[in-house]
Amino acid sequence: MKKWGFLAGGLLVALLLASVVSNFASSHPDGLDSSLREGCTFDANDEITGGSCPAQQEREHEVGGPFADYGIAGLDNDFLSTGLSGALGVLLTFAVAGGAFWLVRRREPAAGNDTGAERTDPAATSGG
Amino acid sequence: METLAMHISNGIIDGPVAAVFAVIALAAMAYCVMRGRQDLDDRLAPMAGLVAAFLFAVQMLNFPIFTAGVSGHLLGGALAAMLVGPWVGALCVAVVLVVQALVFGDGGVAMLGLNITNMAVIGIAVAYLLIALLLRVLPRSPAGLAVTAFVAALVSVVVAAMGFVLQYQLGGTTDLGGNLAGLAGTMAVSHLFIGIGEGLITATTVVTVAKVRPDLVYALRALKPVASATAPTVGGVR
Repeated sequence: MKKWGFLAGGLLVALLLASVVSNFASSHPDGLDSSLREGCTFDANDEITGGSCPAQQEREHEVGGPFADYGIAGLDNDFLSTGLSGALGVLLTFAVAGGAFWLVRRREPAAGNDTGAERTDPAATSGG
Repeated sequence: METLAMHISNGIIDGPVAAVFAVIALAAMAYCVMRGRQDLDDRLAPMAGLVAAFLFAVQMLNFPIFTAGVSGHLLGGALAAMLVGPWVGALCVAVVLVVQALVFGDGGVAMLGLNITNMAVIGIAVAYLLIALLLRVLPRSPAGLAVTAFVAALVSVVVAAMGFVLQYQLGGTTDLGGNLAGLAGTMAVSHLFIGIGEGLITATTVVTVAKVRPDLVYALRALKPVASATAPTVGGVR
């Protein structure tokens, strides 16, 4: 019970961070991106206007998709677009990672499972 | 919102080098699954899912750093290693990177091996070595835990950034005219500042979790203080 409380609380914090706080994140390029842009000049639309830098070699993403760049395609409201895609990402990551970890988790050896089953059976009968 | 790229994009590193690192990353993650299974029981599995979801959320929170016009965000290696251990932690970071590449267009799919190697393999390895060392020499207090988390996070971020510089030397698509030192310098300085932010976030989160549920901090369970190895533990007294 206590475990699920922590899990639910943690998930709620993650959802709030990704859907609300994310809208106040800095929009400047990050450390990697800015290092790769060193040597080039950019216009207001972030297009390269001159110079020479590693970022010029950047190619299109293979997938893109409706949630590319942490938004929702076709949704004009930036706040909603970022917030909803962030919430979706948190839930999706939790589902994929949690599901995969649950599938590969260490099961108790067969003997342990048997005793576990035997233990619950008498309890169920005595209760009924 | 304009393009928001946090990880290595397509075209930055050439195909063959990216392919080599894809093989390295795949092998490393397969090994992490093998070793991680020992840690993953019914209790850790959902907790590890939460850690991955939390990393995804905090990676979206770019914070401004000292250098004007540059931001940084959590990589998460030290945080994951602290909370769920190095093997499962590396898998958490890798899942986040895969989701970001496949669904959110962040980091080329062909570049996944490079990104996973830097953040999930190098970042986690450096972080966990430091955690294992510092938790043994520092006092068992919230302050000791905070310093451990801060230092492990800071150093792992800078070393992970140098992983990219190495990859760029091997397969960078722009001829820097022998000016790799320049790239190394800007990467090192920006990630030093990002590392400070990463250290603060990691220390805050780990100390908070340790206060609420100390049993959920892997590093505190796995790395018992030297004293308890000789003296009986609380459970043993009874």
